[in-house]
Amino acid sequence: MFLDVIYILLLAYFFGFLYYGLYRNISARVHGRFGPSVAQSFFDSIKLFLKENSTNFGWMFYGGIIIMATGAVTTVLFIPYLNNSDSLVGFSQYGNLIVVLYLMVLGPLGNAMGIGSNGNPFGVMGITRGLTRLIGLELPFYIASIGIMIANQTADISTIMANQSETYNAFAHPLLFIGAFISFLGFMGKSPFDVVGAPQEVYSGPATEFSGKFFALALSQSAIFSFAKLLLMVNLFLGGADTLIELVVKTFILFLMAVLVGNVYARFTTVQSVDFLIKVPSVIALVGLLFV
Amino acid sequence: MQEEGFIDYQKVLNNEEHAIKSTQSVIQKAVDWFRSKSMFVLAYGTGCGAIEMPPTFTSRYDIERLGVVGVATPRQADILIVSGYCSYKTLKRVIRSYEQMNEPKYVIALGSCTINGGMYWDSYNTIKKLEDYIPVDMYVNGCMPRPEALIEGFVKLQANIKDAKREAGYIKYRENNEFYKTNQKKIFGDKIEPSYEANFAGMNQ
Repeated sequence: MFLDVIYILLLAYFFGFLYYGLYRNISARVHGRFGPSVAQSFFDSIKLFLKENSTNFGWMFYGGIIIMATGAVTTVLFIPYLNNSDSLVGFSQYGNLIVVLYLMVLGPLGNAMGIGSNGNPFGVMGITRGLTRLIGLELPFYIASIGIMIANQTADISTIMANQSETYNAFAHPLLFIGAFISFLGFMGKSPFDVVGAPQEVYSGPATEFSGKFFALALSQSAIFSFAKLLLMVNLFLGGADTLIELVVKTFILFLMAVLVGNVYARFTTVQSVDFLIKVPSVIALVGLLFV
Repeated sequence: MQEEGFIDYQKVLNNEEHAIKSTQSVIQKAVDWFRSKSMFVLAYGTGCGAIEMPPTFTSRYDIERLGVVGVATPRQADILIVSGYCSYKTLKRVIRSYEQMNEPKYVIALGSCTINGGMYWDSYNTIKKLEDYIPVDMYVNGCMPRPEALIEGFVKLQANIKDAKREAGYIKYRENNEFYKTNQKKIFGDKIEPSYEANFAGMNQ
């Protein structure tokens, strides 16, 4: 069990940063640049872990970052990696989709607690935008998740994965998938839903006061959390994966779609993104729910 | 024979006599390698150099391929680019930004104005030599230097960090703090804002 947890976290860290490196690389190609090497995100992460911390905002600031990291780590531990596998399962047999959905909002709340205590106006603006956007993001994703739970008569992720042996949920319940996918694009934090850390508007947003090792921790949790979200989407709608290679292929296809959408569309404002998320994907998911 | 301005300083910086005899452990070498591979830049557009920065960071010259990216806050930055002349008012902000950065930190000074005042050599409200107020790790000369020159400066700085041959500026600033503070006081008087020591003392209570 202990080794399993370590493997899960190492894989999530590795794939999270690898995909982030690929994101930078693919975006660069879209811009007509060469872009950094794929390993650049790892270099950045390790360098930041080697930097000193010089700021002091009291224990609540650091507590916020720790809660944020805990949210990401526990989310990934409750999602099984592979179908019918004894390894890479983490704590998934002790929890279900409802627990995962609950843990997914723990990170932003921890973040809000930490940022609120540092007093930086850009951080506060960023986290306010983040929490406002979260309202819009959660609605379609929760509706789609409820639809999937009703269709499968269970909240257990492993059973939902096993039930898709013939048809993927993405094809059996396409409207739920579309609703969840648009919400997933927002969860990934890429354009057009990147209001939180919009550099031209709020500098680094919530991360403005993060430095050194704590910034590295924030980046690492973000990478782990991104992979957890990809994993959840693959498990719920694309039938999970039998091998690690299949998992990488499926998560990468989803990730690539998020990157390409992000590169094509310009940023929504906070109001526009909430408005769009409540009107379009929520309605699509609601209609999908009627057909379950 | 003493040469003028930039060439003289560059010779001093490049002089092998000033090189530190490398006695690093393998771990320290690895740490330096990672530091040279990833550089977060706080580009302070003090003067006309600000206009050379966008092409350096965007598609035309794409410095991101060297691992150099811009950040919006000094908390996360490794490198401060002081791009051009520094008026007394700007210098105050430059020093403040530099002191907010976390170690290890480096400074790239762009353009002739940071070396000897450049075309502002007789101005009453610009500094003539940035080195007197904050330590400079790499000078890129020119008026203004093109992005190619800036990229070359970055590559040389990366090599310096990797080989650890020169004493990094932030160590000089720590060890010779009195020298820098005295020079700063000559311009600003005793009121150098903000007084970080007082803030930290208050927070630690």
